[in-house]
Amino acid sequence: MSWMRVALREMFALFVDDAAYSAAIVAWVAATAVGGLLAPRDAGWIAPGFFLGCAAILVTGACRAAHRQRAASRRP
Amino acid sequence: MVDWAHVGAAATAAFLASLVEFVEALTIVLAVGTVRGWRPALAGALAGGLLLIGIVAAFGPLLAAVQIHWIQGVVGLLLLLFGMRWLRKAVLRAAGVVARHDEALAYAAEVDDMRRVEARHGPWDAVALVASFKAVVLEGLEVVFIVLAIGAVGGRMVPAAAGAASALIAVVVLGTLLHRPLARVPENALKFIVGVLLSAFGVFWLGEGLGLRWLGGDLTILALIAGFLIAASIAVVLARAPESDTGGQVS
Repeated sequence: MSWMRVALREMFALFVDDAAYSAAIVAWVAATAVGGLLAPRDAGWIAPGFFLGCAAILVTGACRAAHRQRAASRRP
Repeated sequence: MVDWAHVGAAATAAFLASLVEFVEALTIVLAVGTVRGWRPALAGALAGGLLLIGIVAAFGPLLAAVQIHWIQGVVGLLLLLFGMRWLRKAVLRAAGVVARHDEALAYAAEVDDMRRVEARHGPWDAVALVASFKAVVLEGLEVVFIVLAIGAVGGRMVPAAAGAASALIAVVVLGTLLHRPLARVPENALKFIVGVLLSAFGVFWLGEGLGLRWLGGDLTILALIAGFLIAASIAVVLARAPESDTGGQVS
């Protein structure tokens, strides 16, 4: 059964390897969904805003991970 | 034109993603076969392949039966998480923060592992069989998810499956001819491109699932691909180590 556990863990890791990064994506999706409900039906700025938020999460997530990785490699 | 933008991007994403995963699986199967014998290595790989085909056959029609609105929402979110995780990892590799994947090193490590395990008892080498099976299943799971997600959400199962099948054929043919890991395949660059494509698909389909209006219609997918490419390139520059330290591990 251990390989089954490995497979399940591997499946979860397909989507989440940094909880904060994944949580930020999910939170942004939720915020966009709420924004979509509140905004006028033909609001054209929500979709580009959704992309820009995801792009910002990517950039900040990568910088954060790089900083953390470097700090860990400097630690004695 | 509009549909070809989606079909082409879907087939390309499935082909490139499958190519890198199959190359990684081939490295392990080759190492197992070289050290422990080809019969268990190939039997394990075949069993793993059949399991993956079974998963696609079971879940493909199941997803097709669900309302497209729900699939776009749920699978779109998973695809976005998957694509952005993949893209961030590729950014960190390109920035020199995480060590680049090297098939020659991975092969040497697997050969070493296989030599350390004691010799087989009985007609089947269980260690070799399981190692080969696990490699194909674990690497193949990502391929299965990509084919199912792109196929079911975009309604493009045929181009997605064709892309994955072409990659499988290419890797099997090259592996059979060369009998060594495909270390020259530019895996790290391919992973970067795949991350961009999957993130763009995830944003587009999830947006559709949320009822958002894309100003460019279906052609927006091309703009999203360009947008993620720019964002990822900026991320590489910002994340690049000021000093040339690479504290990461081979993954």
